[in-house]
Amino acid sequence: MAQREIREITGKSILKNNWETFFGDKWSYDFNSVLITKKDDINDIQKTNPWLQKKGLVVKPDMLFGKRGKNGLVYIKNETIGDVTASEAKQWIDSKSDIEIELLSGSKGELTHFLIEPFIPHEQKNEYYLAAKTEKDVDILYISGLGGVDVEENWDKTAEINIPLLATKEEIETLISENIPSEIEDKKTVADFAARFYSFFKTLHFSYLELNPVVFSGTEVHVLDMVARLDDTAGFLQSKNWGDVDYPTAFGMTALTQEEKDIKTMDENSGASLKLTLLKPEGRVWTLVAGGGASVVYADTIADLCGINEMANYGEYSGNPSTEETFEYTKRILDLMTRKKDPENRDKILLIGGAIANFTDVAKTFKGIIQALDAYQERCRDIGVKIYVRRGGPNYKIGLENLKKAAISFGLPIEVYGPETHITEIVKLSLTEQN
Amino acid sequence: MSALFTNKTQAIFWNNNVKAIQRMLDYDYICGRAKPSVSAIVHATSENSFQKFFFGVSEVLVPIYKSTKDAVEAQPEADTFLNFASFRTAYDVTMEALEFPSLKTLMITAEGIPERLAQEINIQAKKLGRTIIGPATVGAITPGCFKVANIGGSIDNIVKTKLHKVGSVGLVTRSGGLFNELANIISIKANGLAEGVAIGGDRFPGSSYLDHMLRMEKNPDVKFMVLLGEVGGSDEYDIIEAKKSGQITKPVIGWCIGTVGQYFQGPVQFGHAGANANQDKEKASVKNEEMKKAGIRVPKNFNNLPELIEAIYHRLLAEGTIDKETSKNVPNLPEDYKAAINAGKIRKETNFICTISDDRGAEANYAGVPISQLAMPDTGYNIGDVISLLWFKKRFPKWTSDFIESVIKTVADHGPAVSGAHNARVSARAGKDLISSLCSGILTIGPKFGGAIDGAAKYFKYAMDNNLDPREFVADMKKKSIPIPGIGHRIKSVRNPDKRVEELKRYAKEHFPSCELLKYAEKVEQVTTAKKDTLILNVDGTIGVLMVDMWRNNGYSEKEIDELISSGTLNAFFVIGRTIGFIGHILDEKRLNMPLYRHQFDDILYDVKEAEELATVGT
Repeated sequence: MAQREIREITGKSILKNNWETFFGDKWSYDFNSVLITKKDDINDIQKTNPWLQKKGLVVKPDMLFGKRGKNGLVYIKNETIGDVTASEAKQWIDSKSDIEIELLSGSKGELTHFLIEPFIPHEQKNEYYLAAKTEKDVDILYISGLGGVDVEENWDKTAEINIPLLATKEEIETLISENIPSEIEDKKTVADFAARFYSFFKTLHFSYLELNPVVFSGTEVHVLDMVARLDDTAGFLQSKNWGDVDYPTAFGMTALTQEEKDIKTMDENSGASLKLTLLKPEGRVWTLVAGGGASVVYADTIADLCGINEMANYGEYSGNPSTEETFEYTKRILDLMTRKKDPENRDKILLIGGAIANFTDVAKTFKGIIQALDAYQERCRDIGVKIYVRRGGPNYKIGLENLKKAAISFGLPIEVYGPETHITEIVKLSLTEQN
Repeated sequence: MSALFTNKTQAIFWNNNVKAIQRMLDYDYICGRAKPSVSAIVHATSENSFQKFFFGVSEVLVPIYKSTKDAVEAQPEADTFLNFASFRTAYDVTMEALEFPSLKTLMITAEGIPERLAQEINIQAKKLGRTIIGPATVGAITPGCFKVANIGGSIDNIVKTKLHKVGSVGLVTRSGGLFNELANIISIKANGLAEGVAIGGDRFPGSSYLDHMLRMEKNPDVKFMVLLGEVGGSDEYDIIEAKKSGQITKPVIGWCIGTVGQYFQGPVQFGHAGANANQDKEKASVKNEEMKKAGIRVPKNFNNLPELIEAIYHRLLAEGTIDKETSKNVPNLPEDYKAAINAGKIRKETNFICTISDDRGAEANYAGVPISQLAMPDTGYNIGDVISLLWFKKRFPKWTSDFIESVIKTVADHGPAVSGAHNARVSARAGKDLISSLCSGILTIGPKFGGAIDGAAKYFKYAMDNNLDPREFVADMKKKSIPIPGIGHRIKSVRNPDKRVEELKRYAKEHFPSCELLKYAEKVEQVTTAKKDTLILNVDGTIGVLMVDMWRNNGYSEKEIDELISSGTLNAFFVIGRTIGFIGHILDEKRLNMPLYRHQFDDILYDVKEAEELATVGT
């Protein structure tokens, strides 16, 4: 992975932690933000965040999706704006938790994480929009004096400044001050803040950062909303500046199943790569594919030949996993695919695929697959599983032969192919034979 | 313009990745290169100045340098830099390498270089006119000339997929994993590659599809090109533009993998870091459609790609653009000894046999017992047990191992004046190290110092085995003029007994099931002490006879015990025990830091006479 979205609270903590370095000599930022979930006790949180007792509050989900206002998910008033108390905030959070909601975008899911902040009274004309992103050879800085929910409708009034990656501080400042949109009155102040904002964005390896709106009152800065993506590969350089960063899964993705969690944990604790996404657990076509690129072409071909309704999973194993790891990975897949019979009583299909390995010992990795098939042979026989194998690379002949012998001894139908057969040909073979 | 590499290309390899470099040299050999393609290795922490590699059947040395600068200065002809540093250091290593104008092509293998740093590398390289391949790639190959590290897989696969000779197809992919697969398809459906590059899976690759395809357009060996793109990014549009504008005229077959992405609204991540469609135009299906419109040949799906390659190949063959394929002889590459052994293809006679310990498994063991199962006190094994395992391959009963330990404790030291300890101390004072000083002490052990244990065991056992009456035995030894080993002490006597002996005897009588030889030796002692008070059974004699009793009680045959005695086993107990004392004396001398020892004149009787001159005897 490279670019990964973080929660608003995480982005704001990073901003707060590095404020002194980039803004501190001129600007101040109070960082009154707290993340809470249904199970948190608001009284405990009030103890460490005394501002929760005093002010009117704003509550919104912090789950990597935008347009929260338009989705009716920003709680800001009962009677008048800014009259929400902490206990009301908590009640609102409880009422929104654990029920499925559908966003305007069509994503569905449950709300679990909420951000509470003090309400900041301000005029809409003081709402600014600031954003930056990385592109090939340049960074793009966006500045608008018409920040807030309608910035997109006024996109033509947004300045888009291309900053060459190796530009000097002076060059950057000139580029920015020359390009401040005409609507902005206090150009000097905004230019100064924007230059600092860009420096923060760049130095801390953000790949996307958006403050919308950001409001200035004197030298006080209020970040009312933030969207941020980090280049997670820079983690080894930035661990001190970033602090603890977690990358939540996007809203709308069903919570991970136990099997997906297991594989994720294995992946994190291994030098090898192990990935599993469950797409349609009731689907008929299951893949057990070695290699990132190969896994994509298998998914492509399945989708192309029979659509995605039969495609049960997406995943891959690579980077020379141990026999133990391959065994555990295969076991999870076999367990998932042998839970229910196909409604039309057809055999399920297990595609054990992969390209021609560079130096992975194919016979060795197949050993783990054979062990898992052994452990699940009875369930595979009961449900009806037909296996198609295609693989090349060191020792592939022995690997294929061992796998074939094993499957036959378990009473499971199997066909095996080497590099002389096209990598995705087994998808076609498996689907045409049974349809 | 020719291919990226020639058969003269020389590379500097950053990181001593022995296996990958050997694969390059194996490839060089089967391609018939005159010189290995790796001319230097950069490895800052290496202690060696060379690394040995095979080049066919013979061996060559590749120099190792501490820095890129040293390597470049020593190997000015090397124009390719293979950066195999980790993602943590790859940026620094590349930026340094860019400082040297002789390095024209730089390949970066690390995956996970921060995007901003990768971009800086790219901008700098462009400014200086260098070619970057990667990051996050297996590299590139010019068949028959040069290949980067592991690309192409094993030599078997390379020959099978025709990567050892020049074909007609230019291949550009993002994925390294699918590179081999495409090379395989192209070798089956066409005549193989003229050039191939995997540009890497990162968001900002150092060189683009376009960079390589424009070069291939000008490379006369390339007759048509295959582009394997991916969902995400917009680099495929550069090719679409180049095709439309006529910059690329050779036939191009294109396919972007990740068409499945169009079915998923959600954020299912398919494949690489760069493979994330943020906009419609970055979708694989849209790019495939756009390529088709621009006149690039696009298969219906990935499964139909081989047919399309075959069709174009045969068309160009029929037109005469591509010559009929010729075969190329491949010299036989000797198999690696280790691989052949593992595959059970060859066997080898062993030169050594070991029956006491084994360090090949997960944990080393002593006579089958893993060290972790005997080291700690709660395992119930003591030093006596460890000695039993390693010396006799037996686990003795507790009374035996306790006895062995008692013997070692008893003989550990006998003061600084005995000859062994004295020699060790003199050596230590001469400035010799611990091992040398210890050797000096140990080398003193022999028939007169410490060696009496063996002798006592031998003679007492002989006497008893032959039913000699103790008197007879003493008379017999006297007749042979052999002092009985283990009998006699400088000061100890019947009335002033040796406490060590008393204790060993007490232990044996309490714990040994029987101690027949000790009883016999005591009878002999009665005879000798009757003659002279100090002719007692001393500590060496006691240990010697008790060792014989010990083995007898453990079921050893008389023959086995005789063998143990004659192989010097009993002395070994003395050596192991006394080593403890010697080391103590040596450490004591080191602490005291006394000057070199010189013996005093007045302690030596000088009786030197003029040497007698000899006349030759005979005529």
